[in-house]
Amino acid sequence: MIINLRVWRQANAQSAGKMVSYRVEGVSEDMSFLEMLDLLNEDLTVKGEEPIAFDHDCREGICGMCGIVINGAAHGRANSPVPTTTCQLHMRSFADGATIDVEPWRAGAFPVIKDLVVDRTAFDRIIQAGGFISINAGSAPEAHSVPAPKIQADRAFDAATCIGCGACVAACPNGSGMLFTAAKITHLAMLPQGQPERYSRVKTMVAQHDADGFGGCTNIGECAAVCPKQIPLDTISALNRDLMKSLFKKDGK
Amino acid sequence: MAITGLIMVGFLLMHMYGNLKVFLGADAFNHYAHWLKGDILYPLVPSGWFIWIFRLVMLASIVAHIWSAAVLTGRAHAARSTKYVTTKRLSQTYAARTMRWGGVILLVGLIFHLLQFTTQTVQTGFTAGAEPYEMTVGAFGNWWLVLLYAVWVGIVCSHVRHGVWSALTTLGANTSPAARSFLNGLAWVIAVVLFVGFMIMPLAVLFGWVN
Ligand code: SF4
Ligand code: FES
Repeated sequence: MIINLRVWRQANAQSAGKMVSYRVEGVSEDMSFLEMLDLLNEDLTVKGEEPIAFDHDCREGICGMCGIVINGAAHGRANSPVPTTTCQLHMRSFADGATIDVEPWRAGAFPVIKDLVVDRTAFDRIIQAGGFISINAGSAPEAHSVPAPKIQADRAFDAATCIGCGACVAACPNGSGMLFTAAKITHLAMLPQGQPERYSRVKTMVAQHDADGFGGCTNIGECAAVCPKQIPLDTISALNRDLMKSLFKKDGK
Repeated sequence: MAITGLIMVGFLLMHMYGNLKVFLGADAFNHYAHWLKGDILYPLVPSGWFIWIFRLVMLASIVAHIWSAAVLTGRAHAARSTKYVTTKRLSQTYAARTMRWGGVILLVGLIFHLLQFTTQTVQTGFTAGAEPYEMTVGAFGNWWLVLLYAVWVGIVCSHVRHGVWSALTTLGANTSPAARSFLNGLAWVIAVVLFVGFMIMPLAVLFGWVN
């Protein structure tokens, strides 16, 4: 396959960026999108040009490091019914000779570091603000000593599959990080271990979300449409319910 | 945003219901219109006060709604200061996308509407001091005014379509994927009911079924 790329090149956080066109030849349809970029980077390196910087790690859709906006859709899901991560998107999803636009996540809270790499430490700060439970970690307790109802446990597990990739923020017209925050809130709020800090957690995490410059949620739904882990929009309602309840709890103040 | 929005949707439903009284004839319609400004809640509040309390609540809702919208818009612009070169829309609706500018256009229409029928500053087909029924029939005898209202009410209903869903979700009602479909359906029903309910009256006047 031959692929024509238009890639966002930006030398560092301070400099202005622009779209640069490249032609990649010898692409196999079994390559992942990142392998296709590897191919281009080898070519650029041989030519003595600066290779394109992009984030990646596991390349099997579980770590949350990769993330590129491809043809205007975060992770490039486009018309495929199955949302996926960039590393799990394969070149067979594209036509031979296609022109593909490649851009970094764009959000006030995620400044570009270089090319397609953005700084997502804002997510870490949201987690540090309350995305944990406070216990004295000793030896692992007997699993059956804390029963968790099946329905809640399932919901917690589903929410816990969020890999923190940031596609939700990238896709949101408001640049809001509510889907990520709501996934973490729901995950902990559904489990017995999350109860003691449930209402203080929701307040501190939402406050940190806002302080980090994410936009406000207006329930548009683009986030859930690109989320590779299919975190549902209703987690945001769950967050809002807890946030409202926290107003009436001493613990939450 | 959610609470003030829902207050205003409630008002729209009431307003629509009141408008339909036009089909009961001039006396019923005028009586209803005067009753609104008369002794509702009397003697709890002095006669004639209700309408002012009501207007105050509406004004407060509008101001709070616009203020929240302005804050959200400001945050959204700061959070997406660099635009994408290409954007692919996957799930957003037209209604959701036009909430902000639609809201501004809606406000301009509202100001015109109040100048026309509340203060009677803008007189279209009626003279100052006209009875409500006479005023309505006089105004909507103009086809261009009916057309203008159809567009405006359409914009209002589009705003309501996303607004009802979004407000209920913000208040925590979106509890499952099924609830998501239900809330979207409910928002559609309310928007369509409002559009039909509001447009029947001007059309009836225009076609001479009410005169
Ligand atoms: S909610 Fe989905 S899109 Fe957002 S960070 Fe988590 S996995 Fe990524
Ligand atoms: S590289 Fe780990 S999820 Fe894509």
